[in-house]
Amino acid sequence: MLAALRCVIYRDLLLAVRRSSDVLTVLLFFVIVVSLFPLGVGPDPALLRTIAPGVIWVAALLASMLALNRMFASDHADGTLEQMLLGATPLGMTVAAKILAHWLISGLPLVLISPVLALQFDFPREFLWTLTLSLAFGTPVLSLIGAIGAALTLGLRGAGALLSLLVLPLYVPVLIIGAGAADAAVSGLGGQAQLLLLGALLVFAGAFAPWAAAVALRISTE
Amino acid sequence: MGKIAGTSSLQAVDLHCVRGERKLFGALNFTLRSGELLRIAGANGSGKTSLLRIACGLLEPTRGEVRWGGKDIRRLQEEFWRQLVYVGHANSIKDDLTATENLHVACTLAGVPRQAAQIGEALRRLGLAGCENLPARVLSQGQRRRVALARLALSKGAPLWILDEPFAALDAAAVEHVQDLIAEQLSRGAAVILTTHLEARITAAAALRIDLEAT
Repeated sequence: MLAALRCVIYRDLLLAVRRSSDVLTVLLFFVIVVSLFPLGVGPDPALLRTIAPGVIWVAALLASMLALNRMFASDHADGTLEQMLLGATPLGMTVAAKILAHWLISGLPLVLISPVLALQFDFPREFLWTLTLSLAFGTPVLSLIGAIGAALTLGLRGAGALLSLLVLPLYVPVLIIGAGAADAAVSGLGGQAQLLLLGALLVFAGAFAPWAAAVALRISTE
Repeated sequence: MGKIAGTSSLQAVDLHCVRGERKLFGALNFTLRSGELLRIAGANGSGKTSLLRIACGLLEPTRGEVRWGGKDIRRLQEEFWRQLVYVGHANSIKDDLTATENLHVACTLAGVPRQAAQIGEALRRLGLAGCENLPARVLSQGQRRRVALARLALSKGAPLWILDEPFAALDAAAVEHVQDLIAEQLSRGAAVILTTHLEARITAAAALRIDLEAT
């Protein structure tokens, strides 16, 4: 079974390398959205410092939305999804592997580049790790929740718009807690509470979301 | 040529299928035993693919159930799927992967990892020598179908094959190869279900035929 999961992750990463433009689109979108804010709101350092966590979090959330459509759509179109549904591995595990691969491709690059973008906002350096850590815990939760939405809307007309309507409300708690972590750290309260909450969300979503997505996939491929 | 151990029979009990408003078929019963070939015939839109998808467990029948070795396949899940090879309408091939990589992934997902040498052998058998390391994107429609069917040559231990229009897009030589593969598999004791428009010449101990009429 582990061989099958490794194989799914390896396959998705290999596909991402061969179609690197898809990966770069998400990353570029994130960088551009975040970089537009200082241009739009003006060069007031105090203001920029205040809005930095919120802006970076909202941009990360939108960027991960952008990548969601692709999670199952191409596998559905060429029939490889059917083979996963009929695989020897429990579907929930296969889906978990796909979500992990999806996060490595579309979430991890955002986490890694976020400290650099935060510097544009003159974000205090000693709190950069809180911001990065909050994204490192938060973006996998976004991928996990998004997978359920992507599986439910698979093969529908207007899936993109429906997916946003379905998934964005569920993203709100993650956004509030995630952006709150860096805010709390800056204001001297320490961001540990929020980071622990995000960690709890990650564990919870990691345990349940793949199975929910698996059930949704069975329904939407009928 | 060794026999497959632990074969069971596939049994359809009172299957009904309604898609949208249309009733495709109703009260369908059959039993497919080890070594038997079932050919499903019928006009376009008569529900051949739906029947195959129900037999795989991809589609829920409106009523009735499919049993493998006497147990409902919805209960068996992975236990049933481990023994099944399904080649659907879609070739299940990723354009950006090579033929070898595609087969490697397909076999690993099915729980029977294969070495590159075995995969190369299967591709050669289907007349794809020299295409092993080409991305599937540059292959023709017929060649892609051959790659999808090369899985059969790698799944000799599976007691049940379900093939949806396996001969579509294939040339005469490839049809011949695939028919041989199926006949070999039947002689090994596996059961095979297929839909085809061609009058397939496959030697089988027992051949069943179901006609779904378009309504």
